[in-house]
Amino acid sequence: MDLSLNESQEMLRRTAREFLEANCPTTLVRELEDSAEGYSPELWQQMAELGWLGLSLPVEHSGIGGDAVDQLVLSSEMGRALLPSPYLTSSIACGRLLELSGSPSQKSDMLPLLAQGRLIMSLALDEEAGGCSTKVTKGDDRNSLNGVKSFVPFAISSDILICVAGGPEDGGISLLLLSPNADGVSIEPLASIAGYPQARVEFNDIEVTHEMILGEDMDGGLNLEPALEWATLVQCGEMVGRGRKILEMVIDYAKTRVQFGRPIGTFQAIQHQLADLRVAVDAAELLAYRAACSMSEGRDCSEEIALAKAAADEMSRMSTVVGHGVYAGISYTVEHDMQLYSARNRLAEAEGGGTFRQLENIRRAMGL
Amino acid sequence: MRFRFTQEQHQFRQEVSEFLRQEMSPEYETVFGTFSEDKYWFSRDLFRRLAERRWLTVGWPEEYGGGGKTFLEQSILDEQIGYHKVQRVGITGINFAGPAIIKFGTPEQKARYLPPIARGDAEYCQGFTEPDAGSDLASLQMRAEADGDHFVLNGSKMFTSYYAHADFIYLLARTDPDAPKHRGISLFIVEMDTPGISTRPLPYINGEVAAQTFFDNVRVSRSCLVGQENQGWYHAMTTLDYERAGLERYARVRRTFDDFVEFCKDAGLRGDAVARHKLARVKVGLEGWAALCWKVAWMQSRGEVPNAEASIAFLYGTQQRLYFAQEAMEILGKLGTLTPECDAAPIQGAIEGLSRESMHMHGAGTMEIHRNIIAQRGLGLPR
Repeated sequence: MDLSLNESQEMLRRTAREFLEANCPTTLVRELEDSAEGYSPELWQQMAELGWLGLSLPVEHSGIGGDAVDQLVLSSEMGRALLPSPYLTSSIACGRLLELSGSPSQKSDMLPLLAQGRLIMSLALDEEAGGCSTKVTKGDDRNSLNGVKSFVPFAISSDILICVAGGPEDGGISLLLLSPNADGVSIEPLASIAGYPQARVEFNDIEVTHEMILGEDMDGGLNLEPALEWATLVQCGEMVGRGRKILEMVIDYAKTRVQFGRPIGTFQAIQHQLADLRVAVDAAELLAYRAACSMSEGRDCSEEIALAKAAADEMSRMSTVVGHGVYAGISYTVEHDMQLYSARNRLAEAEGGGTFRQLENIRRAMGL
Repeated sequence: MRFRFTQEQHQFRQEVSEFLRQEMSPEYETVFGTFSEDKYWFSRDLFRRLAERRWLTVGWPEEYGGGGKTFLEQSILDEQIGYHKVQRVGITGINFAGPAIIKFGTPEQKARYLPPIARGDAEYCQGFTEPDAGSDLASLQMRAEADGDHFVLNGSKMFTSYYAHADFIYLLARTDPDAPKHRGISLFIVEMDTPGISTRPLPYINGEVAAQTFFDNVRVSRSCLVGQENQGWYHAMTTLDYERAGLERYARVRRTFDDFVEFCKDAGLRGDAVARHKLARVKVGLEGWAALCWKVAWMQSRGEVPNAEASIAFLYGTQQRLYFAQEAMEILGKLGTLTPECDAAPIQGAIEGLSRESMHMHGAGTMEIHRNIIAQRGLGLPR
């Protein structure tokens, strides 16, 4: 048992923290919230140069080949900094899908571009009604794609969408590569708390050509679940980083805010809330790293990821309440940063199917 | 980073597990709420057999009869004892008194006290808490007055678990009433059959019986003093860090959970959406608790002193145990109110026992004391 980070992970953490503190202040986060792209292309390029975009992509495709623990270290820092970027959908979810399902030529064409920041991909997965009514249907002379995806992150900023669709065989899942500018694709922005552009994307009678299919044949969907689990785990890293940052912010505030002639941090009513948050952050962090260790050792970690996400969700909700509760009035103002954290908390809690999906996965693993 | 045990630790865990599986039989098992004198002596005997393999004090140095391994191995043993439903016997000797003697004792004290502990022959109880000194432990009033080569003890101790079987009591008493409260306390090991010691039984709601222990002009030799006079508070706090991981406590609850999940499957709750979500949610808490406990054990194995971390594991564990008990009681409905003596009680009444045990929210400090420790020592908040 060794629960410490190794030297290169410590260095990654230091570098990431310093870089993001210098280059991703909350003033930038606020600016990007109001921008059309939702991310900073300049920062994105710097992240590519730092090797972050390909941190966990394979070495043979210009990635760094880091393991899940490395990725959690970096993603915690990204969460901490509220970094607005298509990283989670592009490098993590699509990157892993490409790695698992892509044909050799798709991998060698696209993975290096992802790692170099020259290609942004986005996963069109969720639908407003849940489930997957987006479908590939067989016609007489062609297969066609129809349906509406929602909550598609950075749809307008991405170069390629991976659309998850049912069919063409019963029960099959196809992964289709499309340009967001292709004929038959229409994009409509969704107003949300995400802090980055999410969109509803409609696919209207699009001919499914062979080049659009991710993988050799239509079985790319087999790898959807592992790729989504991977994204969920990385999401946990971001959540834990954000939770720890909120804790630090509130501790600082409690030490300096004076009421009744003394810092409010001397009151047990405040101390105990912060203690409870520390406990929740520690537990969520350990469960996330435990799942990451299992993954990097090549063991099945589906249930461990679900446990980690459920714990992270709970911690995240607590950090929102403790943060706003201790900061009180000032954090109810838009000018205060706490609301930036709590908005991202709420979206992250709903990601990966939310706590409900995790509990479903856990009970299934328990044989219930 | 690695969460797994080494190959050697893994093997040790397997061996202990196999040994306990063979040695235990259902009539001697105790999860919660079914304590008995027979089971106690069965456990004592089992501990002797663990000691023969040098497993009982596997984390002690070899020169004192230990296994020369780390806190991780000691925690693996604790975990297995809890998981295999071995009725508890006192752990004060192995986890507190022994380590205090190793750290602060004289060569004579080491020779006298340590071998019986390592052999599983000596039972210890603890005399810290008093009627008027609970959370504010350092305000304890029991006096130990120097009288030549002796000390004379007067006062009383509360919640003396295992008093009925204990050979020794490991206690704190005030040797300098004029010093600031933390600086006038000394640490002693006293034989329970010393004249002047008497007890009043104090049955607990979980079925165990502790006592209030009275000291009436109890004369003990100066050789009973452990470490420096008036430094007892600091000695005791240092050695409290020896057993903070709490794997035995976790594993006992975990075993109940695992048994309860099987019960729910057999009882046709496999498809009950509410029940299975409750169980999944409980599991999240238990897994988090386990990870926090192992982190503490790992820190100890590296020679670090877990302080806030131990309180974190303890507080979270207390909360998750309570949560599990409440959810399980809700799932069981009235079945959950049947006690272990009732043959209709699910899983031998372990849930009902657990629901009583989960009221034990004060061990090694109340939840509020643990939160104070986390806030002040862990987060650096001002007092």
